[in-house]
Amino acid sequence: MSELNLLKSLDYSVLQQCMHCGMCLPTCPTYDETKFERSSPRGRIRLMREVADGRLDVTETFAEEMSYCLGCLACTTACPAGVDYGTLLENARGEVERRGVIGGPARRLFRWANLSVLFRHPRLMRAVGRSLWLYQKLGVQSALRKLGVMKLLPQQLRVMEAATPTVVAPFSNARIKRIEMPAAPAKYRVALLTGCVQDLLFSPINRATADVLLANGCEVVTPRLQYCCGSLHAHNGELELARDLARKNLDLYDVEKFDAIISNAGGCGSHLKKYAELLHHDSQYHARAVAWDRKVRDVSEWLVEIGCRAPQSAAGGVRVTYDASCHLLHGQKIAAQPLALLKLLPGVDLVPLAESDWCCGSAGVYSITQPEQSAKLLGRKLEHIAATGASVLASGNPGCLMQIENGMRRDPRLAHVRACHPVELLAEAYRREASRIGPGGAE
Amino acid sequence: MSQTVVSLAEELAQELGVDRVLTAAEDLAVYAYDGTAALRQNPACVVFPLTTAEVAFCVQTARRHRAPIVTRGSGTGLSGGSVPMEGALVVCLNRMDRIIELDPRNLTIEVEAGCITQTIDETAGKHGLFYPPDPGSRKISTIGGNVAENSGGLRGLKYGVTRDYVMGLEAVLASGEVVWLGNKCVKDVAGYNLRDLFVGSEGTLGIVTRVLLKLVPLPQARKTMLASYTTLEAAGETVSNIIAAKIIPCTLEFLDQQTIRCVEDFAHVGLPTEAAAVLIMETDGHPHVVAEEAAAMAAIASACGAISVRTAADDAEANKLLSARRAAFSALARVRPTTILEDVTVPRSELAGMVAFIAASAAKHGLQIGTFGHMGDGNLHPTYLTDERNADEMHRVELSLAEIVDRTLAVGGTITGEHGVGLAKKPYLKQQLGDNSYQLLKLVKGALDPDGLLNPGKIFE
Repeated sequence: MSELNLLKSLDYSVLQQCMHCGMCLPTCPTYDETKFERSSPRGRIRLMREVADGRLDVTETFAEEMSYCLGCLACTTACPAGVDYGTLLENARGEVERRGVIGGPARRLFRWANLSVLFRHPRLMRAVGRSLWLYQKLGVQSALRKLGVMKLLPQQLRVMEAATPTVVAPFSNARIKRIEMPAAPAKYRVALLTGCVQDLLFSPINRATADVLLANGCEVVTPRLQYCCGSLHAHNGELELARDLARKNLDLYDVEKFDAIISNAGGCGSHLKKYAELLHHDSQYHARAVAWDRKVRDVSEWLVEIGCRAPQSAAGGVRVTYDASCHLLHGQKIAAQPLALLKLLPGVDLVPLAESDWCCGSAGVYSITQPEQSAKLLGRKLEHIAATGASVLASGNPGCLMQIENGMRRDPRLAHVRACHPVELLAEAYRREASRIGPGGAE
Repeated sequence: MSQTVVSLAEELAQELGVDRVLTAAEDLAVYAYDGTAALRQNPACVVFPLTTAEVAFCVQTARRHRAPIVTRGSGTGLSGGSVPMEGALVVCLNRMDRIIELDPRNLTIEVEAGCITQTIDETAGKHGLFYPPDPGSRKISTIGGNVAENSGGLRGLKYGVTRDYVMGLEAVLASGEVVWLGNKCVKDVAGYNLRDLFVGSEGTLGIVTRVLLKLVPLPQARKTMLASYTTLEAAGETVSNIIAAKIIPCTLEFLDQQTIRCVEDFAHVGLPTEAAAVLIMETDGHPHVVAEEAAAMAAIASACGAISVRTAADDAEANKLLSARRAAFSALARVRPTTILEDVTVPRSELAGMVAFIAASAAKHGLQIGTFGHMGDGNLHPTYLTDERNADEMHRVELSLAEIVDRTLAVGGTITGEHGVGLAKKPYLKQQLGDNSYQLLKLVKGALDPDGLLNPGKIFE
């Protein structure tokens, strides 16, 4: 283990750039909760600087504070000085892990199983996904839940179990061919990233993404087996594992041959666009990462860029509301594009969601590591959703969809509300259009 | 940790609970600063009272332990006013944030000191009323801090500063006693005006815990415009000519090119990054008057050589423009590692000369200065873009700063228009006030806080 303090190894001016103006404070969900300065972005940056200066040790309190941060990046949107909080947080968390100041064997085992094993091996992940799917399909889960066996689990696992998302098989490789061509001659050639969580839990979103791209003149290339983008690793302080995954992903594509590399998950996209920074010291991969970063687009960003075609069929009086994924909004600064896509849908009543820019509490593994704060934020989000009276909630990130869906299922006011990705609504509208026109031409 | 600190913290915790008394190294490190980047000192202990009685308890306890007291809200001050001194107890009022009463019949609102400034304005807005003072940090600054520093903002030209809206306040004195100063009467001349003495006293005379504020009717209409210039002088001339034409807009904000670029980098509101300067102008009031004044202001700007005058299409665009301007100081931090903000005000007739002097001082000392400010009220914020790690450069900053202060005072200006003296400006206060006035100020401090318990080391050398 190297003795170099990760925070010390950072360009010091990044830490210095925070001049304490406090503009970040009102945007921070954890400061809002505690009103303690150390639970604010400004306070956390100060703590990091103290560590970099050698005035403060990486203590348990420091570690807890870094873990209490959602990493929602709302502070980066608010920061006039442009402080790169995301990178600072990743390095601070990295330093916490390197020093091993928190967590017993259970936490280490959990992190190892997930970050080092599961999320690094896509085949294994699909295998686990299939078993989970069987477990859920065969009714074992509901039987066990009815028997009350779950009460025997330790609290953290109980929270996890209750929140276990429903696996949706078949996965993307069975739904999307390696190369799919649009009906008309292709105007663009794009690569589609199917993700790991998206692939297991929301593979229909991947199919919908491919369909929408095809309907807008894109040839879609989708490697059958893809690696996790590594965002989960980077956000949790495992920067080396994140670099390893980034290299594997770069190896999968000949970047120059694509007009765009499409991601449909806000959290992944936010990380995927920063491969160059992540691989800054890697002489072999850095140049390719730069080219890659330039091509990565969120699907909504890309569709607006190429002038997405409005579907011609009406959905008919559906009230839709949109919740911005933090990493799409604050990480990638994509605010208007998903709304622009939703506005293309004929007959849809798009209603604004209060505090759409406020984290829902999903935040990667946050709902597992900080169940209490996560639940508070989810409750706040559900209140706002209920106030819209919408029957569809759209959001562009699987973590948010999982969290909100999970909350809505248990809330009688919202049990009927559908959670989906904006591209799913577009894909459905295009499909309706096709069936309406049918083989005989116009209806 | 010294024995005194331990027992001070223990006594406070016994009464208020351990959750509201912080002594961990990690906590002390993050209450060491305010919005002034270069100043820093860890306190001994941080406490979060929830009522005036609890604040009084904190003062009495600190007094017994002879611990200095520093009051703090959100820590957005820009003169080091809430930076602690060694061994200090930080009394943090950000949890005392209730709105106590909005009285629409008397056009007043009473709030606790920790109430966020913007919340007050938003609450007033629901009743067709308006709280005009709007410091750049209004989204997070607390009213207690605004009162302590007598904060200004973008609307000072027409509406004045915090002091003009404080009708009454409750304060805990250094003795631990609680006083109410002022009332809801528009006219009141009973005795010395102690209320005004507390406004702008920077936490050195008492701890303000509640404030009664005057509200004004929400203007029916407003128009916000952006004028761009190829020279700084033309922008200055526009301001002089608008005032000379007997128009008092609510806002006349000036940004130089450096500031324009940094703000645009952050806010993306379409500021002309090639312009040497811009003016953000706003007039509000009766729709007819607003239309007339806006047209006249646009004409004056054009006559002074503005290359373009753009009017915000709607409230949303106007608000975006004003928020962008409010972020100017922080946005300048994009350029260099350390940002040092100044706050000088000169009589408006001296503005053009002052802007030119600042530019010359930057050139003379080889420094980078971004200048912006409330041009309509003569309040400028020359901001040094520098690096505190470079001792030589910091020395040149000091030289330039002294020069700017000298010039400010020579033309009848003041060393601070809205940020307060705090730590940052105390070397210059005597220079501005002269011996007699300076001693009078010290007499007042000595009378109200004979033991020097409240925010010692601030204002006075």
